[in-house]
Amino acid sequence: MEKDRKLRILIAKPGLDGHDRGARVIARAFRDAGFEVVYTGCHQTPEQIVSTAIQEDVDMVGLSILSGAHTYSFPRIMELLRENRAEDITVIGGGIFPLEDIPKLKDVGIKEIFEPGAKLQDIIGWVRENVKPREAVSL
Amino acid sequence: MGIIDQILAGEVRATARLLRDIDDQVSSSQTILRELYPYTGKAYVVGFTGSPGVGKSTLVDQLALRYRKEGKTVGILAVDPTSPFSGGAILGDRIRMQRHFLDSGVFIRSLATRGHFGGLTRSTNDMINVLDAMGKDVILVETVGVGQDEVEIAQSAHTTIVVTIPGMGDEIQAIKAGIMEIGSIFVVNKADREGSRKTVREIRNLVELGMRRREESNGWEPLIVETEAVKGRGIEDLFQGIEKHRDYLLANDRGQLDDVLQKRARNQLMEALRDEALKTIVGRLESRGVLIDDLVRKVVDKESDPYSVVQQVLAEELR
Ligand SMILES: Nc1nc2c(ncn2[C@@H]2O[C@H](COP(=O)(O)OP(=O)(O)O)[C@@H](O)[C@H]2O)c(=O)[nH]1
Ligand SMILES: [Mg+2]
Repeated sequence: MEKDRKLRILIAKPGLDGHDRGARVIARAFRDAGFEVVYTGCHQTPEQIVSTAIQEDVDMVGLSILSGAHTYSFPRIMELLRENRAEDITVIGGGIFPLEDIPKLKDVGIKEIFEPGAKLQDIIGWVRENVKPREAVSL
Repeated sequence: MGIIDQILAGEVRATARLLRDIDDQVSSSQTILRELYPYTGKAYVVGFTGSPGVGKSTLVDQLALRYRKEGKTVGILAVDPTSPFSGGAILGDRIRMQRHFLDSGVFIRSLATRGHFGGLTRSTNDMINVLDAMGKDVILVETVGVGQDEVEIAQSAHTTIVVTIPGMGDEIQAIKAGIMEIGSIFVVNKADREGSRKTVREIRNLVELGMRRREESNGWEPLIVETEAVKGRGIEDLFQGIEKHRDYLLANDRGQLDDVLQKRARNQLMEALRDEALKTIVGRLESRGVLIDDLVRKVVDKESDPYSVVQQVLAEELR
């Protein structure tokens, strides 16, 4: 009796700024879209984020950021995913980014960047379109 | 290395992916579970139940730390509710457990109820077995904490901890019938708040009442422990309490432990039997071109009734 796989998503907040309203809003929107959202709170290091993504077997990591910590944390997260052979996990970012940084982030493997004006429905639509639950393991 | 060896070697990614398959009821996971089963039975399982917000996750975090001090490895399964409207869920228990994220001796998995009642998920027992087979010494299970009859955990855990906070003594008695019977240990958390002592007294009264009422308690008198989980206060008492309960289970030729294991095995067996029987019957019906929807129609249209339909189906399909 194989059912539809549920999409599992980690919403994480790297960096030092303490407020996570944006992250909570997107977590709720994803829940209401039928996804299972693992939420871990503020101040996450890249190491913590990647370890959580693997233990929770998520299909996607959504990184919420305000403080500009992305120039370090985003590439580092991608590097750690590769080191753990977990580069099949899709990573997206949301928040405030200097325009010139966006191509650089996509270069290191961030699939999509959503800026503060992005509509929740569009983000959910993007996820549905681009992220599929992974295949089952075999014996 | 095959998946079985990877799990037995404690590989995190392989384990995490298997847990996903189990949760999604992928049929190949059953074959893997079958092969892992002989390697289970070593881990000690501690369950935590109690209303949302009483501090279960915080207690689990503190106890995990305590077990790590003993050099024990820890698996954590934390259940949160699935939204009945969207089928989605926000799994937030990890927020209280951040300090363990980089400890390779701790594996944490957040789970959504997915419509299952009873406090756990339908996958929890299988997941306990996987974490056990991967070598975790202690498995801490946090129930969802919203239902009124969250007694399922008592069938999965060696030690069941019922968590309350000051002022909740009455609530336990009034609302959560059945909960007094399952607690090996009662925790009054947030003991920094007013009324902690009073709640301890109320619970003690209830425990004594229960002890007098049920003969089969087999000599274990539930412990009551006050904690302030955020500050780590009382955690040592709780830890010692769990050890004491474990000693009790292991005493007298493991007689009590055997009771626990029998309960768990029976529960799992009956659940699997029910699932498989249903799956088989529905499969046979469908292969004959009979849809459940058709049977539903008959009942709605009063062409038949639920009782006759079931008798007919069983007579046909279980010949
Ligand atoms: N005052 C006080 N707050 C606590 C204590 N333990 C936990 N909390 C807080 O209670 C809230 C809920 O805790 P959590 O562990 O998530 O509860 P759960 O829903 O039962 O898992 C959090 O804000 C905790 O910081 C305690 O001993 N004293
Ligand atoms: Mg919790």
